[in-house]
Amino acid sequence: MAKLVLHPEKIDDPQVLVDLCPFGAMQLVDGHLEINAACKMCRLCVRKGPQGAVEYVEDKPKPSVNKDEWKGILVYVDHVDGNIHPVTWELIGKAREMSQVTHQPVYALFAGSDIEDKAHEVLHYGVDEVFVYDKPELARFEIEPYTGVFEDLIHTIKPSSILIGATTVGRQLAPRVAARMKTGLTADCTILEMEENTDLSQIRPAFGGNIMAHIKTPNNRPQMATVRYKIMNAPERQNTESGKITVCDIDPEKLISHVEVLELVEKPKEDLIENAEVLIAAGRALKKPEDMEMVAHLARLLGGQVACTRPLVEAGLFDATKQIGLSGRTVRPKLIITIGISGAVQFTAGMDHSDTIIAINNDPDAPIFKTANYCLVGDMYDIVPALIDRIEQRKAAHHA
Amino acid sequence: MKILVCIKQVPESNKVEVDPVTGVIKRDGAASKMNPYDLYALETAFRIREQLGGSVHVISMGPPQAKEVIREAYAMGADSGTLVSDRAFGGADVLATSYTLSQGIKAAGDFDLILCGKQTTDGDTAQVGSEIAECLHIPSVANVVELREVTDKTITVAMDLPDEVEIARVTLPCLLAVDKDIFMPRLPSYVRKCASANREIRILSLKDMDDQNPDHYGLNGSPTQVQRIFPPDVSHDQETWNEPADILADRLSEKLAELRFI
Repeated sequence: MAKLVLHPEKIDDPQVLVDLCPFGAMQLVDGHLEINAACKMCRLCVRKGPQGAVEYVEDKPKPSVNKDEWKGILVYVDHVDGNIHPVTWELIGKAREMSQVTHQPVYALFAGSDIEDKAHEVLHYGVDEVFVYDKPELARFEIEPYTGVFEDLIHTIKPSSILIGATTVGRQLAPRVAARMKTGLTADCTILEMEENTDLSQIRPAFGGNIMAHIKTPNNRPQMATVRYKIMNAPERQNTESGKITVCDIDPEKLISHVEVLELVEKPKEDLIENAEVLIAAGRALKKPEDMEMVAHLARLLGGQVACTRPLVEAGLFDATKQIGLSGRTVRPKLIITIGISGAVQFTAGMDHSDTIIAINNDPDAPIFKTANYCLVGDMYDIVPALIDRIEQRKAAHHA
Repeated sequence: MKILVCIKQVPESNKVEVDPVTGVIKRDGAASKMNPYDLYALETAFRIREQLGGSVHVISMGPPQAKEVIREAYAMGADSGTLVSDRAFGGADVLATSYTLSQGIKAAGDFDLILCGKQTTDGDTAQVGSEIAECLHIPSVANVVELREVTDKTITVAMDLPDEVEIARVTLPCLLAVDKDIFMPRLPSYVRKCASANREIRILSLKDMDDQNPDHYGLNGSPTQVQRIFPPDVSHDQETWNEPADILADRLSEKLAELRFI
């Protein structure tokens, strides 16, 4: 197996390696350097440590599947009762774009009950073939039969890549399918690129911080990725259908479920920040109830909604549904104004596709200014009330 | 009811940066607290134990210092704990992590119910719970926002969907990933902390697993490979306005009118 070997004779000062490791895996035990289980095999110590101090030893290359046997990109049609989630169109658009590189087909998997006519809608977005599993057992999302259907289709068509929307359903289904196929899965990819050898380049924010990771699944197929809603661009709906529908049968054994859905309760309609065209986002710098009122006032004037960062949810000032970021919602409004937000990647990954980003922060070095289009350096307590005043004046003048 | 809760030690802060010149990750402090989402899973376990009796066991995977979060779980009320720890597990991606934990769970005992938090704050993938369930061949439900009824054969839960809440009855054994706010987590108790100070933490390494093939663990058992890590892109069309507040307000209201937001 691949491992790291320490060469003590080439290490003058072990503390250098202890300090270098970002995961605290280099440990001094009775004066001897040891690597503990915190090691993530990032091999930073090999590349950046003292010359020859740590050696990466790989005794045998990993076995690889025959990639020629796996072709095309499969997109999961995310839906409840046949109402297709728009992330599906975005993923089909991305799949089409990537299929230009490999000249391989784009497939869609549509599982449910009484959905055959709804499958025609998918043909308006440019897939080559929609595979429909239409069974009463699939009326509701239940993890075991849906995984069974996925497994069945993967064995039948052998797709090289699979894209799944990171919805509440997709986030449960994708890992289950990946574990069954014993393959890799990358969550919440923000960039996807296809290589000519069908390897899928998957890029996502990593380690919960200001780092992007470029991830590949070089030896396994299928390669699986989830993508959040509003990250990719949806293609235009075409008036005419293209591609074909193939209805699939499945062994009833694979539809056995230990989850029984008793009922579906409608949630009270709330103003989802995902649907807002204008968002005013509040950050940690806001503490007092008056601050919240100031932000809400600005949002009302601009016909928008208030959103926030994780610390404000943890402080109990906002409901979790208002949180933007990797652990919250992804938003793509026409306008977002961030107030008192420093801008960790955890947050910006959830909003950096917004059309216009305006950031107000008193720290000129705040990371949010790397993401923003308009960077206003100054005290929010001076700027925001003045801005509210100007907007009210403009509105009054307009109505006069 | 024998309940198992999966917990993880995560860094105190998310402040991680890459030095753009050397490519070295700069991390503020090492792992040091329990993943906050796991507190809700623990609380859910305690509530079920209060109602039906039984025991709450915790399992974690990580370096030896991850014992600290097991001690924390003891102070909150967990009965026993296992740490899965071996250098051979290093560099594990989602599949290898889930497989390792599922092997650890099999070695730790038979459980009626496995609970996980929604996600971790350092990985943010929310994938490990569902993959563990698959490795153990048991049903799973994620996004659980409410427990409706718990019996020794089934558990009825409310699962969050985008526009609806689905009420589902699941046959035990099963795995549930619970959402934040399902219950308000209790604080660790000093009395319990003292009482459990000498309680054993079982350590499991590769040699304790049913499957001892090292190719199934760590970097070798991970289909995904990190090619490189890099700082995020700096944006595009950018203007910095560094002026007195009054002028900033003038300019911004003009810009908003120009963009037709006013």
